[in-house]
Amino acid sequence: MKKAFYAGVATLAIGIALGAMPAKAQSSGDKGATDASATKAQDGGAITVTFNNDVATLDPAIGYDWQNWSMIKSLFDGLMGYKAGTTELEPDLAESYTVSDDGKTYTFKLRDGVKFHNGRTMTADDVQYSLDRVVDPKTKSPGAGFFSSIAGYQDVADGKAEHLKGVKVVDPHTVEIDLDEPDAAFLHKMALNFAFVVPKEAVEKYGDDFGKNPVGTGAFKMKNWSLGQQLVFVKNDDYFRKGLPHLDQITFQFGQEPIVALLRLQRGEVDIAGDGIPPAKFLEVMNDPKQKKEVVSGDQLQTGYITMNTTEKPFDDVKVRKAVNMAINKRRIIQIINGRATPASQPLPPLMPAYDKSYEGYKYDPEAAKKMLADAGHPDGFETQLYVYNTDPQPRIAQAIQQDLSKIGIKVDIKSLAQANVISAGGSKDGVPMIWSGGMAWIADYPDPSNFYWPILGCSGAAEGGWNWAKYCNEDLDAEAAKADAIVAPGKQQQRYDMWKDVYHKVMDDAPWVPVFHEKRYTIKSDRMGGPDKFYADPINIPVNYDHVWVKNVQ
Amino acid sequence: MIGYLVRRLLQSILILIGVSIVTYALLYVLPADPARQIAGRSATAETVANIREQLGLNDPFIVQYWRYFLGLLHGDFGRSYLQRTEVADLVAARLPATLLLMLGAIVCELAMGLTMGLVAALRRGTNTDQGLMVVSFVGVSAPQFVTGLLLLYVFAVRLGWFPIGGYGTFSHLVLPSLTLGVLGAGWYSRMMRSSMIDVLRQDYIRTARAKGLKRFVVVFRHALPNAILPVIAMIGIDIGLFMSGIVVVESVFGWPGIGQLAWQAIQRVDIPIIMGVTLVSAIAIVLGNLLADVVAPFIDPRIKLR
Repeated sequence: MKKAFYAGVATLAIGIALGAMPAKAQSSGDKGATDASATKAQDGGAITVTFNNDVATLDPAIGYDWQNWSMIKSLFDGLMGYKAGTTELEPDLAESYTVSDDGKTYTFKLRDGVKFHNGRTMTADDVQYSLDRVVDPKTKSPGAGFFSSIAGYQDVADGKAEHLKGVKVVDPHTVEIDLDEPDAAFLHKMALNFAFVVPKEAVEKYGDDFGKNPVGTGAFKMKNWSLGQQLVFVKNDDYFRKGLPHLDQITFQFGQEPIVALLRLQRGEVDIAGDGIPPAKFLEVMNDPKQKKEVVSGDQLQTGYITMNTTEKPFDDVKVRKAVNMAINKRRIIQIINGRATPASQPLPPLMPAYDKSYEGYKYDPEAAKKMLADAGHPDGFETQLYVYNTDPQPRIAQAIQQDLSKIGIKVDIKSLAQANVISAGGSKDGVPMIWSGGMAWIADYPDPSNFYWPILGCSGAAEGGWNWAKYCNEDLDAEAAKADAIVAPGKQQQRYDMWKDVYHKVMDDAPWVPVFHEKRYTIKSDRMGGPDKFYADPINIPVNYDHVWVKNVQ
Repeated sequence: MIGYLVRRLLQSILILIGVSIVTYALLYVLPADPARQIAGRSATAETVANIREQLGLNDPFIVQYWRYFLGLLHGDFGRSYLQRTEVADLVAARLPATLLLMLGAIVCELAMGLTMGLVAALRRGTNTDQGLMVVSFVGVSAPQFVTGLLLLYVFAVRLGWFPIGGYGTFSHLVLPSLTLGVLGAGWYSRMMRSSMIDVLRQDYIRTARAKGLKRFVVVFRHALPNAILPVIAMIGIDIGLFMSGIVVVESVFGWPGIGQLAWQAIQRVDIPIIMGVTLVSAIAIVLGNLLADVVAPFIDPRIKLR
């Protein structure tokens, strides 16, 4: 998911102008925290969530940014989902599933009596329709590629067939999906928004505007949407998970600068600041015990890294890449973002299975780096370019990288551009020498190690338009990764993860990246919000898990 | 008069076509590829090629522009790539808020500017006059995001008199209107001052005073109406000033108008929206100037339209 959390010059300007302002005391008392009501879920109540940007679309086949991702999860459901607050898969619209021994056939049994918001009962035909729709080129779904392992994908993607050959309706409660190749991440893909189930009649009724008139099976349904102003969700009384959601209503307000949202939250007018705590106010909030109490932090499936173009001089020499790895002072870079991250030693973030806690990576050692650079034939360093997204704090991070590299003689010219322009420069045929990934890449689509390899480190991602900005292509590693992904038996997952660990160790031996940090997420809420922290730092639902949070002391 | 109007309308249409060509060309050469934006990061090269084909992005520039132009003739501004919504709907949903803000700003700038100009002219050469002219100079020079943030900080955050941004009630309207109006108030006060000084020098004013009318009556009944008219005629031109101001002011105050829409679209490189907002603003500016020119002879009979 693209991540443009703190958008633009205006935010920066506001941050500077208001940065010196003392925190305003919160109006209501904090006695709620000690009430029994704080620990037991309460039903009812309405909350307000603010965002700076308009929400783009609520069509699950199309929505693909961090902001609409979790809204769509509250309106729609898929066959698979995640246990709230975790990265653990569980059946959702499916009641159960079985996998064949060869890993190529998945059979899903659907829940009974799940109803769409229009009152109709969901059946296996809807599952089939939804998968056909997302792959259909006319839908122009950004997620179609995830389903390429389903038999018959290519024919539908090319417009030669209307139905995926591999998706079969066995009976109204059973769907069978055949794959061309075993795909260990397949269940994760069925939990992606793109695989969510939509009712055909509603899609046909609204056509291109289905994304503005969403009809799903989710915990909430849409009440009204005033473009550019606000969007209102109300509780779906027919939701198939009894007891959920807790809230009666959620109002999303748009066009609210993060700094303004924070001020309004301090006044009690806002319950969740959707864009988080603006960097300029972070220290102030964290130094105020009253506000800090309402801040929940959690890990994300994210890594910030520097790519080096492995196909062009001087970065085609692994010694040069290793030298750069040793020259970067990650702790100092983390200070620039007020410590909102942990240092990275490897591409995978800690929440991922197959993350290797014991792996230390390249230690910060400018002297050794300088020596290695001399060994590689660059005793006086060289000149190169670093591309970076032009929104704070990315350019400041780029300057820190520039300083670190100047210490070993590498002169870096910073190219600070709009997000879309950096992405297209990185994906161009020949690529660019170096890119700092901050604000653009990479948050995993699903918590599986394969999602951090194929698009951004595999040979296929190195093609034009791909996200493998280092143009790193190691065919032996691709083969090993493919072998790991062929292991689908539930009992053998540990073996699969061990193989992935090995793949990432070998990636680091080739050092196409400098993994710099894993960003943490900080959610600030009003003091009337209740529920365990895990619902406010949910790794899948950003900023919060709307279905599970509640308000204390409902009147 | 009719001939003049027809000629001016034709000119305006030519200007708008020119604006649309230049904007379209500028956005065309941007390195952002709409097909890739739509396709998302997991898309294969074939998917991207397919989308590019569907959108007709492989056609030459002239063909693409012509298609867009034909759409415009039908009131079709195209569809946003990222929001997947008709641009016309997005703009229409936000236009009322922007018009309301402009109206508020016009009231603010006239109230402030005319008063300041009048007082300065009557107290010509005194400290009051100089003080007011310094204030108007500051108003003209201060960047709008600074003015906006100062007003927001003082009156909303510290004093709590107004809401901290947003839309809906009269009190939401005050601070953004003031911010947008301060710039115009600076201009108006200077124009009003010189216009008033001009009028006060006229013989008929001296005559009126000589026949014993009170100063108050002379100023308000004889001088003011004559001094104010040429100033009022400038309102049409203000619309152009406002169009550049709303992008900043609406973003600072969270005002859901087309300026905010433009700002969000620029950040996401959502080309059809940028295009649509630019055209709507251009239409507003052209109409505003036309209005100013057409109204002028009614206010000042010395001006003749040819």
